[in-house]
Amino acid sequence: MCGAPKQGGALAGIDLTTQTVIQGSVWHDGAPVAGAYVRLLDSSDEFTAEVVTSPEGEFRFFAAPGEWKLRSLAPVGRAERVLSAEVGLNETTLAIA
Amino acid sequence: MSRSDVLVSAEWAQEHLGDAGLVFVEVDEDTSAYDKGHLEGAVKLDWKTDLQDPLRRDFVDKEQFEALLSAKGISNDDTVVLYGGNNNWFAAYAYWYFKLYGHDAVKLVDGGRKKWELDSRPLSDAEVTRPATQYTAQEPDTSIRAFRDEVVAAIDTKNLVDVRSPDEFAGKLVAPAHLPQEGAQRPGHIPSAVNVPWSKAANEDGTFKSDEELAALYADAGFDGSKETIAYCRIGERSSHTWFVLKELLGHENVKNYDGSWTEYGSLVGVPIAKGA
Repeated sequence: MCGAPKQGGALAGIDLTTQTVIQGSVWHDGAPVAGAYVRLLDSSDEFTAEVVTSPEGEFRFFAAPGEWKLRSLAPVGRAERVLSAEVGLNETTLAIA
Repeated sequence: MSRSDVLVSAEWAQEHLGDAGLVFVEVDEDTSAYDKGHLEGAVKLDWKTDLQDPLRRDFVDKEQFEALLSAKGISNDDTVVLYGGNNNWFAAYAYWYFKLYGHDAVKLVDGGRKKWELDSRPLSDAEVTRPATQYTAQEPDTSIRAFRDEVVAAIDTKNLVDVRSPDEFAGKLVAPAHLPQEGAQRPGHIPSAVNVPWSKAANEDGTFKSDEELAALYADAGFDGSKETIAYCRIGERSSHTWFVLKELLGHENVKNYDGSWTEYGSLVGVPIAKGA
């Protein structure tokens, strides 16, 4: 299926020895931002995937090892972060100024 | 066919909610978004449970489609205005699907749910019921749907447009990156396909780029407007988005969507596969 599974929640059932998981949450004004659109861009800045954050502001991607960029869009503003992911769990936070 | 015949703005949609003869329909894979809030008066379609046969991998048949639309209160005379999440992927899929069954008066809300939410436009959680109708569908129009044999025959002959992300095209990923990496048996792409990710046709807020930008995008990628075209992705919903761009916005004739897409092609025995960018 191409629709995003429910964001956030346990990592049960995800094989972290093979999957490269990039996950985290979006924050603004000291609170998580629910319903923000978070997109994953590859090293050439090309769109790879997009999810909507959970009520707790969480997002999760299944990527591959390498350089990635995360960008969030929400009515309150946008945020961006570059990260280098490896096989396993890669956690980060996007803060909207 | 031009942009104004097939696409409406969020602003237009908001002004026309509740108009007689218009039915707003939200299409998603995960309908929990609709349940939390939807355009006022809009009915929902579930991409999976409403539009896919529960047993075989295929569409619902003509009779099932008629029963579905009748139950949703959509009549043959209604103009159906579609929108949804995932940058309108599933709404574009439904658009193509409605066309396949002969419903001509269909439009998309530009930007779908995302643009609507980013604009902070109102959503309603009120339950929507419409009186049932007696909907009559046409026989499926297979001039817009491609099957595997003609896809294999199209290698080096027709335009094959792979609309997945560059990493999926190259064979580094076998599924979009918001999903666990599983799906087809083999990664890669159909030989001679050009890679024009669906996302290049959309702005960040989910709206479609201008006709001029779109024409330049496909010309630059080596798309030959004189040839027939087949678009594909992984399961056929992102390629519906590109089918919409090529057929409905840019007016190309003979554009088909291959809904079997990579989950079928990448699991076929014996067909050629290419890897790398």
